[in-house]
Amino acid sequence: MQRFLTSACRCPILRGIVDSSSRYSSAIGRQSEPVTYTVEAGHIQRFAEAVGDANPIYADEAAARAAGHSRIPAPPTFVAALRPRDPREGLDIDWKKLLHGEQELTFHRPVYAGDRLTLVQRIADASVKSGKSGDMDLLTLETLASDDHGAPVYTARSLIVIRR
Amino acid sequence: MRTCKVGDTLPPLVKPAITTRQLVMYAGASGDFNPIHYDEAFARGGGFPSVIAHGMLSMAFFGQLVGDWVGPAAVRKLSARFKAVTFPGDVITCTGEVVALAEEAGRPVAVLKLLAKNPAGTVTLEGSATVALD
Repeated sequence: MQRFLTSACRCPILRGIVDSSSRYSSAIGRQSEPVTYTVEAGHIQRFAEAVGDANPIYADEAAARAAGHSRIPAPPTFVAALRPRDPREGLDIDWKKLLHGEQELTFHRPVYAGDRLTLVQRIADASVKSGKSGDMDLLTLETLASDDHGAPVYTARSLIVIRR
Repeated sequence: MRTCKVGDTLPPLVKPAITTRQLVMYAGASGDFNPIHYDEAFARGGGFPSVIAHGMLSMAFFGQLVGDWVGPAAVRKLSARFKAVTFPGDVITCTGEVVALAEEAGRPVAVLKLLAKNPAGTVTLEGSATVALD
């Protein structure tokens, strides 16, 4: 992960990581309790409405089938609306200083209305970045969603920046 | 099967101006109730001139751009870096370009570079997508 952050990533926020010793280091590997959701068609519809995405496949099952889907599909970032329990509980974090730096969604298969998904989020990495305005803590949160057979459905990685 | 080549561009997506009402709708739909997205006084207390849009709302525009092009079920990977804050009133334009063709697990995929810009031309979000072409 460290190599990904420093070399593979062109984001200026992440350049100049000089110190991987983080006050959150001991939290790496912490994992949330699992939570299980059924993806609801109405939730997909409300999400698409909020985004302003008028594609009828998100609201109308016949339109979804006509477009080749077996059921109503979720828009790609809908999975952000399925919220895992938070593995950061109890950590000393100033929530006003939090920024969302990066987000990566990897789909092992598409998400559809009616899917039952179990989500677990873990703290995958913690490091420190030195910037112009001082040190910042970086946390990588990784959510894995799997189906009732335990097969992975998607992985969501968030890079969270905590200004000091 | 969709055919495309490196350098092809996606039809740009020009979103209507973001409204605070939309941010409230997105808060409800996404479950992100950080008041910085709908409470003016709170946002000003955080040093912003007004409420700010959810970063994930802009990333959802990427999802719309790519979903319109190839369908949501074809998206294998979608990533974004949040570069600048977006405010109500901003008209966000999303663009995409095919930067590579490859194979993943024996299936043809295209890698897209994605950009979101505000009316001043500032890049608010940059990202990439990997989409199945079969």
